[in-house]
Amino acid sequence: MTTMTDPPQVEGFRIGQLINDTRYRSYTFQFIALVCLILGFSWLAYNASQNDQLQSNGFSYEFLYNPAGYDINQQPIPYTSQDTHLRATIIGAINTIIVAFLACVTATIFGVIAGVLRLSNNWIISKLMSVYVEMFRNIPVLIWIIIIFTVAANTFPPISEFRLPRDGSDPERGLLFGMFAATNQGVFVPRLVFADLGWIVAATFLASIAGVFGWKAHAKRKLYGEGKEVPVLGPSLAILLVPTIVVYFILGMPVSLENPEMGRFRFEGGFLLRPSLIALWFALSIYTGAFIAENVRAGILAISKGQSEAAAALGLRPGRIMSLVVLPQALRVIIPPLISQYLNITKNTSLAIAVGYMDLTGTLGGITLNQTGRALECILLLMLFYLTFSLAISAIMNVYNNSVKLKER
Amino acid sequence: MNKSVFLGAVAAASVGATGIAFADGHSGSTLATVQERGSLNCGVTTGVPGFAEPDSDGVWQGFDVAVCRAVAAGVLGDPTAVTFVPTTGKTRFTALASGEIDMLARNTTWTFSRDTDLKFDFVGVNYYDGQGFMVPADLGVSSATELDGATVCIQTGTTTELNLADFFRVNGMSYEPVPIETGAEAVQQYLAGACDVYTTDRSALAAQRAGFEDPDGSVILPEVVSKEPLGPLVRHGDSEWGDIVRWTLNALITAEELGVTKGNVEEMAAAPGDNPEINRLLGTEGELGAMIGLEADWAKNAIAAVGNYGEVFDTNIGESTAIGLARGLNAQYTDGGLIYSPPFR
Amino acid sequence: MSDTHAQSVAFVRKTEIPASPPPMAETGALKWVRENLFSGPFNTIMTLLGLLVIFYLLSGLIPWIVNGTWEGSNIQECRAILQGNGGGCFAVIADRWPQLLFGFQYPDYLRWRPTLAFLLLFAAVPPALFVMYLPRWTLIATAVYPFVAYWLIWGGTVLSPVLTAASLLAGYLVFQKVERRGFVLGLAAGIATAFVALTISGFITSAASGVLALELVESRAMGGFMLNMILGTVCVSLSIPLGILLALGRQSKLPIVKGFCVVFIEFVRGVPLITLLFVANVVLAYFLPPNANFDLIIRVIIMITMFSAAYIAEVIRGGLAALPKGQYEAADSLGLDYPQAMRLIILPQALKISIPGIVNVAVGLFKDTTLVSIISMFDLVGMIRGPILSSTQWVGVYWELWAAACVLFFIVCYGISQYSQWLERQLRTDHR
Repeated sequence: MTTMTDPPQVEGFRIGQLINDTRYRSYTFQFIALVCLILGFSWLAYNASQNDQLQSNGFSYEFLYNPAGYDINQQPIPYTSQDTHLRATIIGAINTIIVAFLACVTATIFGVIAGVLRLSNNWIISKLMSVYVEMFRNIPVLIWIIIIFTVAANTFPPISEFRLPRDGSDPERGLLFGMFAATNQGVFVPRLVFADLGWIVAATFLASIAGVFGWKAHAKRKLYGEGKEVPVLGPSLAILLVPTIVVYFILGMPVSLENPEMGRFRFEGGFLLRPSLIALWFALSIYTGAFIAENVRAGILAISKGQSEAAAALGLRPGRIMSLVVLPQALRVIIPPLISQYLNITKNTSLAIAVGYMDLTGTLGGITLNQTGRALECILLLMLFYLTFSLAISAIMNVYNNSVKLKER
Repeated sequence: MNKSVFLGAVAAASVGATGIAFADGHSGSTLATVQERGSLNCGVTTGVPGFAEPDSDGVWQGFDVAVCRAVAAGVLGDPTAVTFVPTTGKTRFTALASGEIDMLARNTTWTFSRDTDLKFDFVGVNYYDGQGFMVPADLGVSSATELDGATVCIQTGTTTELNLADFFRVNGMSYEPVPIETGAEAVQQYLAGACDVYTTDRSALAAQRAGFEDPDGSVILPEVVSKEPLGPLVRHGDSEWGDIVRWTLNALITAEELGVTKGNVEEMAAAPGDNPEINRLLGTEGELGAMIGLEADWAKNAIAAVGNYGEVFDTNIGESTAIGLARGLNAQYTDGGLIYSPPFR
Repeated sequence: MSDTHAQSVAFVRKTEIPASPPPMAETGALKWVRENLFSGPFNTIMTLLGLLVIFYLLSGLIPWIVNGTWEGSNIQECRAILQGNGGGCFAVIADRWPQLLFGFQYPDYLRWRPTLAFLLLFAAVPPALFVMYLPRWTLIATAVYPFVAYWLIWGGTVLSPVLTAASLLAGYLVFQKVERRGFVLGLAAGIATAFVALTISGFITSAASGVLALELVESRAMGGFMLNMILGTVCVSLSIPLGILLALGRQSKLPIVKGFCVVFIEFVRGVPLITLLFVANVVLAYFLPPNANFDLIIRVIIMITMFSAAYIAEVIRGGLAALPKGQYEAADSLGLDYPQAMRLIILPQALKISIPGIVNVAVGLFKDTTLVSIISMFDLVGMIRGPILSSTQWVGVYWELWAAACVLFFIVCYGISQYSQWLERQLRTDHR
């Protein structure tokens, strides 16, 4: 090369360079990839255009504004069968969020408890937890959902035992504390009823919760700043309860509990946790809890033994070692897999369709799809909803993850 | 390692690819497709006793299944040349629209929007049904109007949810709907007392009640809250194929009216009698078969395969079976029912 | 000093006093029990609670199993035999066992074929699983297995799998020959050869469809646990190469390829499998050529493969990211081009790291194959929910059937996850 004094070959572009020259090769490959992609999609589009049925039905979301015509049992926002498919869809989406949120919370609790206990020195407990984890990890969640749904229908006391017999005698079973009833048609619990000024009580209570956090921060500052230990539990309880109770009585008890009362067939009033919700919630939490337990265990094992030994040398009790030294460090290892478990829960809520919980898959992907026959539109919208949920959860959790991540400087 | 993974993957990928490559496409009318394929793809339910259900040997049996077999016998001369495709409420229409099945014989209600908006052709009615309610006898309910506040199990995927919502709304009552995907699970919930009422088509109610440990413990309420004309359907736009299915069904109905049975059809076809309509039906007179592109003895084959409409009814869901349905609306028009076939002429 | 001392005393003990036995509470089982179960009030409470749970579970389970009956051909007979002694009616499993395994449509006189295919799996899989302990030639069994299993389960002429295998082999040989002149050229030539050979063999098989033919069984007839196994193995083995490609695509510097891979992976991972199955069930048929027998099982395989490929791609991406940058730089400094670097240096190491993750995805995927029961396919769960529970003979028998399903899935999944953990220990190179 050096011996020759060729001028740089500006004009010498040959076809071969498209393959052999690294400068151009990437363009060639991308071009080929693009062509393949376009060909693939146009093949799909061509096939779709050949289908008369699809063509004559067209692609339109107008059906969303037609009356849905069916009823939904769990209505977070008011709904009647005369409302639109769109409103039914939104109710489904809210129901999905409700069960996903509940399941995420309880799965985390189950998972942390089981993960910690699995490392316990207590042989029986750790073996029991291993059995739990292996049982639930190795059997499909769909089977668990169906089994728990069946259990709920067959082992909870039948609601007929709570009904008032027609001869005027007492029913076989009554409400627990006059408030709760676990029946095979669901668990009936009291409901808070807010009168006119009730919102003030609620606002006071929320403000008190903020106050408790404020007190805790204050105690921490005192402890670290001046080395004074400020009592936390007593004042916290006082801040939490006293203002709310005072406001409650000053305003003339505007908030009351509405207890379920037996009607002709079932309890009227109160709040009903439906068996479908219970089955889905419980099955998802206990199934995902088993996975989270493994993540927690791995996270704890990843913290070197020196940490807990050092904490023990400082005289911390085992419970405090776990909560003050090991878990905060393990959290950094646990959170990334925990995010994907939360995503899994959200996606697995779509199995609600197996137990008739009216989530997004039950309304939009279920009855709306069945009734309108608009399969393509419904399923696209369904995927879009789930995609939004997933992306939102990963965004939120990533923010949290970044906040607890070890800051390397 | 790398190489072996690669090799295995390519090998496996190609198995799928060849499966596709070998499945040659063909176009044309449904009739030509079916004849070329040598079997009829017929959509049925995933299991409703008496109407369509695989027996313990895996052979599909039932009232709807008989329609499929009759069409297969008429078109292909072989009632066993049917591939039964189980469909759910969600999948049945797309299965038909996309050409996966040639006809759908699955407790499907003939409604305006399905016939027009969804672009299907209902070829007739093989069972006149109506939505009913089943309650435990000890609930002390004698009419559906007493059900205010009850918990109702619904088998989803049909018009059931809509009829139910309308019925309760019109009567100013509230209820707690419990939607369930499959009939078996709905029954399980009902028997466990997780719902007070079970609602679906009355035929299915009767069929499922027959399988209860204590059938008398449940009563079917007198109200019929909807009209449910159930019938086979085909794709819009292939009228030739629609005619074949329609007239096969009519042939079964006419056969009952004229007294042609599974037992005597061969005899009647071999020795034409003096009833011209029977002769036209069985292909010994006229050329009705050729008019719809089939053999002259297509109707004879269909009847010989499954029997006439009355026989199909009696063997699958009639009063002598465990299902125990009376003919009711589904009696011949001569007996006060609605089953009526246009003449074979 | 010691000498003088020794003579000044009358008795010196020459041997050690034998150790006296530790106190009763400090030995054997008792010590173990005390230290492990009752070391404090909290631990004692936990132990008692644990014992209570175990007692409760066993007192429910044992009578159910011990008193259960395997006799009887329907629920009434079963109830008559049990006389209400709390036993399980396992007769339903005995009666419907073939249906649970094979579905209700697979011809009963042909059931030996999938059984044989299943048994052969034990010959075909170990070479791939224990690749570091078995001689490399045993991998031939793994490579041949898909074709044998396909022939056994679906039937048809033996020419079809044999010629397919031959075409692929031809493609591979051509690829090896041409590869020296460039990887891309080799790949293109290999694919072209395989494609041509496949087309030709397609004609041959359709012309001579009777050669050594087993009775043909339609895809639709697949059911029961067999369907779960087929979907699981086929989709996992198809999605591994696809996942590798997607992972490489996502790492690539070509914006179009990278963009497509990112969008594909994130989309598929963001939606539930059930919506993809809905697509397979109700939408995909519109987008495939009309009348070309893409039946439900093939459409489902396509969608599940896409699903698991996205997850496997993320696992492999993790493996690629875990490789030290030096490996990439070393490959570059040796003058290897991209395909060579990937095939010889990067992928072997990255895949090795990713194997436990891939196995976890595979277990998850195998469990998720039960979701096909929701789209009216009769896998194990679908068989139980549909035909068996709705049949008049066995209406109301849930626990026994679900227990059987749990046991079947547990055996397979637990086995695979134990393998995965073993492998993880084997692959650990840091010798902690």
